[in-house]
Amino acid sequence: MTEGLTVVEREFGELALNMGPQHPSTHGVLRLVLTLRGETVVRADPVIGYLHRGVEKLSENLAWDQLAPVFERNDYLAPTANSLAFCVVAERLGKFEVPRRGAWLRTYVAEWQRIASHLVWLGTYGLDLGGALGGGTTLYMSCFRERESILDHLETLTGTRFHTNFNLIGGARYDLDAASAGAGRELASAIGRALPELRALTEKTSIFRDRTRGVGTISRDLALSVGTTGPTARASGVDQDLRRDAPYDAYPELSFTVPTRAEGDALARYEVRMEEIGVSLGLVRQILEGLPEGPIFSRKPIKNPKAARIPAGEGYAAIESPRGELGMYAVADGKAFPVRLKINAPSFRNLQVVPHVVPGHLVADVVSILGSLDPVLGDVDR
Amino acid sequence: MPAPEAVEALRVRFGAEPFAEGAVVPKDDLVAAARALRDAHGYRQYVLTSATDRGKEGLELLHGLRNVETKDTLFLKVKLPAEGAAAPSLALVFAGAEWHEREVFDLFGIAFDGHPDLRRLLMPDEYEGHPLRKEFPMDAPWGYRPATRGEGA
Repeated sequence: MTEGLTVVEREFGELALNMGPQHPSTHGVLRLVLTLRGETVVRADPVIGYLHRGVEKLSENLAWDQLAPVFERNDYLAPTANSLAFCVVAERLGKFEVPRRGAWLRTYVAEWQRIASHLVWLGTYGLDLGGALGGGTTLYMSCFRERESILDHLETLTGTRFHTNFNLIGGARYDLDAASAGAGRELASAIGRALPELRALTEKTSIFRDRTRGVGTISRDLALSVGTTGPTARASGVDQDLRRDAPYDAYPELSFTVPTRAEGDALARYEVRMEEIGVSLGLVRQILEGLPEGPIFSRKPIKNPKAARIPAGEGYAAIESPRGELGMYAVADGKAFPVRLKINAPSFRNLQVVPHVVPGHLVADVVSILGSLDPVLGDVDR
Repeated sequence: MPAPEAVEALRVRFGAEPFAEGAVVPKDDLVAAARALRDAHGYRQYVLTSATDRGKEGLELLHGLRNVETKDTLFLKVKLPAEGAAAPSLALVFAGAEWHEREVFDLFGIAFDGHPDLRRLLMPDEYEGHPLRKEFPMDAPWGYRPATRGEGA
C-alpha cells in the first residue's frame, strides 16, 4: 500500500527539549531536559528544586510540638502521612506512649488519606493519557467526586478538609463520634461501589492498556539500587510494605494483604494502586468495627509548645505513605529544638528512576511514565 | 534495627564502631563497607543519604541501606571535619545515592569524590553557601536575591 510512496528519513541530529517547569503533566513544577533523536528520548535529565522551601532548615528552628503542621505541607496530596512520620520518630526518640484508641484513629485517617491520594493520582493520570479516556476529564471528575466525599468526611472529623493536623506526638487530636463512624461506614461502601466504575473507565479502554503495558519497565535490581519505594517498588516485585514490615500504630492488630506485581511497567503500577484502594477500604472497615474505647492522647494538654523535650539521641522511623516509605532521621540533643530532621521523601526516591527508564521511549510515553510514578513535587523538593 | 552480624563483620573488617542505628566506619573504607554490605549481607536497597552538622565536632555523613529480605535497615556513618569536608561517593555502588549525594553537597557542602555529576540539586546553581550548615543564618543579611537568568537558570 505504500507503493509509489517514498518515505524520506532525514537525520536532524539531537534536539534538546525543555519539558516544564510549567507543564500540566509534570504534576507541579518539575522540569525535564529531554534530548531527542526524532521522537525518541535519548537522555532525560530532571531538574528539581523549584518548590524547595527549606523545611529541614526551618525544622531546626521550631520546637518539637510546633513541627507536625509544618510537615503536613510537604506531600500535599497526603498531608497527614507527613505529620504521622514525624510523630512516629518523635515518639520513638522521646519514648512517648500512644493510647490504643489514638493509634487506631491515626490509622483510620491515614487510610482515608491513602484512598484520597490514589484517587487524585488516578484522575490526573487520566488527564495525562488524555483523549484516550474520554478526553480524560470523565475519569478525572469521577475520581474527584469520590475524593471530595472523603475530604468532607475528614472535615466533619477534624474541622479541616485537607491539612487536618490530626496527629500529635503522643496520640491523636480529634475523636470519632458515633455519627461520624456511621458516615464513615456509608462512605466506605459508596467508594467500594464506585471502584468498579473507575476501573471500567480505564481497563476497558484498549488505548489505556496500550499506553501503559510495557511502558517504563523498572527491573527489580534497578528498583532496589535506585531505592524506589511504595507502589512503584511493589510493581517491580519488591515485596515491601512498612505497614506490615515495620508496623506502627494499629497495623499489627489489623489484617491486610500487600498487592505486588512482577512486571514493573506502568500498567503494573496502576494495578497495584487500584488494589491498594480496596485494601485500604478493608482496613477502614476493620477499624470502624473494632475501634477500642479509651483516651486518644497520652500527654498533658499542650499549653506551651516549646516545653516538650526529647532526650539526646538519634534514630530513624518510617511510615508507609501513599507514595511509599516516608522516613525521618531525627537527631535530638535534649533541648527544645531538633538538631536535625532529615525527611526521606518517597517521591524523591521514585523520581530518581526517571533518567534510568525514560531513554528509549517516545516523548508521549514520558508523560505516561511520569504519571505512573505519582511524584508530588512538594515532597521531592521539601 | 541493623543485623548484629553485619555490624560485627564491619567491626572486624574495618574497625567500625557500632551505634544504635548502624556503624561508624572510617572515611576511606566507606565504599568497601557499602560493597561488602550489598554483596555479602544482602543490603541491596538504597534508603537515604543524610548529614548532620554537629557544630564544633564537625559533620556526620549517613548512608542508609536495607536488606529487603530480613527488613533490616543499617546506617553507615562517617565523621568529617567541618572545613573541606569530602567523602568517597557511593553513586557507583548504588544508583540511588546519586541524587541524595547531590542534595547533601548542595545543602551541607560535602564534596563526593568519584561522583559522576556533582552539581547543586535543590538550590540554584549560582547560589552561595550551604543552607543546612549551622553557621548559615536564618535571616538573610543580604536581602532579597533574585535568581539570575543564564545557563541553567
